[in-house]
Amino acid sequence: MNFNKEPMQTETLISKDPIASECIRISGSEAIVRSLIAEGVDVLYGYPGGAIMPVYDALYHFKDQLHHVLTRHEQGATHAAQGYARISGKVGVAIATSGPGATNLVTGIADAQIDSTPLVCITGQVTSSLLGSDAFQETDIIGISTPVTKWNHQITKASEIPEVIAKAFYIARSGRPGPVLIDITKDAQFETLDFTYQKCTGIRSYSPEPQIDPLAINKAAALINKAKKPLVVWGQGVILSGAETAFKAVIEKAGLPSAWTILGASAIETSHPLNVGMVGMHGNYAPNILTNECDVLIAIGMRFDDRVTGHLESYARQAKVIHFEIDPAEINKNVTADVAVLGDAKKTLEALLPMLVQNTHESWRGRFAALYQIEYDEIIQKDLFPTKEGLTMGEVIHKINTFSKGDAAIVSDVGQHQMIACRYAKFRQTKSNITSGGLGTMGFALPAAIGAKMAAPEREVVAVIGDGGYQMTIQELGTIFQTKAAVKIVLLNNNFLGMVRQWQQLFFDKRYAATELINPDFGMIANAYHIPAQKVTVRADLDAAVMTMMAHDGPYFLEVVVAPEANVFPMIPSGASVSDIRLS
Amino acid sequence: METQIERFTISIYTENNVGLLNRISAIFQRRHVNIESISSSASEIEAVSRFTILVAITEANMKKIIGQIEKQVEVIRAFYHTDEETIYQESCLFKISSDLLFDERQIQNIVKESNARIVTVNREFFVLEKSGRRHEVDLLYRELKPFGIMQFVRSGRIAVTKEKMNITHLLDKFTQE
Repeated sequence: MNFNKEPMQTETLISKDPIASECIRISGSEAIVRSLIAEGVDVLYGYPGGAIMPVYDALYHFKDQLHHVLTRHEQGATHAAQGYARISGKVGVAIATSGPGATNLVTGIADAQIDSTPLVCITGQVTSSLLGSDAFQETDIIGISTPVTKWNHQITKASEIPEVIAKAFYIARSGRPGPVLIDITKDAQFETLDFTYQKCTGIRSYSPEPQIDPLAINKAAALINKAKKPLVVWGQGVILSGAETAFKAVIEKAGLPSAWTILGASAIETSHPLNVGMVGMHGNYAPNILTNECDVLIAIGMRFDDRVTGHLESYARQAKVIHFEIDPAEINKNVTADVAVLGDAKKTLEALLPMLVQNTHESWRGRFAALYQIEYDEIIQKDLFPTKEGLTMGEVIHKINTFSKGDAAIVSDVGQHQMIACRYAKFRQTKSNITSGGLGTMGFALPAAIGAKMAAPEREVVAVIGDGGYQMTIQELGTIFQTKAAVKIVLLNNNFLGMVRQWQQLFFDKRYAATELINPDFGMIANAYHIPAQKVTVRADLDAAVMTMMAHDGPYFLEVVVAPEANVFPMIPSGASVSDIRLS
Repeated sequence: METQIERFTISIYTENNVGLLNRISAIFQRRHVNIESISSSASEIEAVSRFTILVAITEANMKKIIGQIEKQVEVIRAFYHTDEETIYQESCLFKISSDLLFDERQIQNIVKESNARIVTVNREFFVLEKSGRRHEVDLLYRELKPFGIMQFVRSGRIAVTKEKMNITHLLDKFTQE
């Protein structure tokens, strides 16, 4: 069917079987929609515009099979697709027009790239004859997105569509996942092709999973079995490979105290006796201190980010390092591995398990308990059970834990509240901590929570956001209103860009340059979108407010006014060693 | 830490796709590494392209960059070699006024001694081609400069390795497909 001359008139003209058993003659735009359905996509997030209109017209005809969510900004579309992907493990899909539509996707794409989130983004592009002519809404999105995509490709002929989309999904989800962008010129959307769809199963230049070397597994097992003071640091790789069960079996058998990076959180339950907390800048005291005392450091599916390692030259120098990793480029990138175990974490951990000797490491684990007690007395107790005036972020998270029983997925934004949420949220199931780790994208949480709720409607999804980040994507309240996505929004309002203010206090002699916010009435804004809202300013009201929110069937907005100049501790000052972590 | 800056010749075998050059050069740009020369051509494997890139960096950084290049979906393999491990050449062209060829006898001697080749001669100009190492090309340039050079251009380095390139098994796999 040619959209140019003869727009689709009736739905009956279109076969609704996305994968036609025989080849059918259809437009490029319809091929795009059918290809998405063939890949199992049930929802996509986007925003229409000139260069993508043919695809929107095709979406209209398939709206019973493919649910399009109209976000209020394209950045919201990528973050929603990320939230969808992170909670479900499936590929998130975002779609936008050329020019500003495409550039607005970029922040979410960059976030997905650094946090290994599988996304397929589709952008419209000006007609191929106009490419490079500075046409209306033309931008070189291939050039712009190259450094922040796992792969990208421009389609100028309809016949390329099925194969390229199949490749896009394969690349996005295989190996170390990541975002892929497909830019499709408007003429390719109009042009017809003979459509059949075949899923991609391999690309000759691309080996997503390195072959597992049994020798490396042997060496790793020998080191772990010999270790007197082992420490595991796991990351999102455990979740991405679905290795949670194997991981738990490994640490339980060998009695390995295990700490997590921010993106690794929730892979095993918070209450697990071997879970010794978070590493990194605002992580827990014990695993940071003991990183510089352990004799074998076992890194699993993590990449030694600088927020995890602190000063690299004084990071775990005494330890033998074993690095389980799927991406060969991560080996020896920041920390030199004595043993590199390449491969998918689930497979390598399953291979490792039978070679491990049963152990408990009781006295070594006692060190973690003793240091935890120090942190508890100095910090945790004051955060979770404060007695002084002024609400703490920690007590709000504690209440959410209480009323959700640890079953909620927590979607956090970026800043102080994020560190507090990740430190204190109690998780009982995997894929429950959704946050912007590597890129630190303020504005991530609200749209990501929408995507998460849609991918897992049976789960409670609580977005915990600061007053700065909230206002970066606050327009997505419109998406919540329109879709009725039952997201619980908790705004921790300190009327500051809190993390920057904290640094200004500690390192810039309290010169609060551009960090104080004069905020609007957030409750009224939520109400304008017909979202019920509540504001808590005193401790006595917190309990009932959180309970009301959690019991509410539908979206809900809770603002908690917290102490304006509270700081997040412990803290490893920038450039300091992990063992120089400060309690105050 | 390996902190010594060395010169490396990088050989990258890739699919022949639009935009790949951008993707590869972005990896150097991100790390603030200047590319001294770059050339792209067909390789010994059918439908596989080969980039030859010259950089001066530490070996530690070189290894990390190779890892990030190999990670790209359309890159088949990437290797790096030192000058001692490769046979390498550059090529250059000089466009010089034809009068000089007849008026300045010394030019004929320079051409002969440098093993340069005259590609074409007409009434107005002649074109001289020379392949060799960088210092040979530089020497010829210095010798010809006083007579006046109308145009000069030099190619990037191209190189083959002394040892076998460890890509034969891939080649076999590809031809089976």
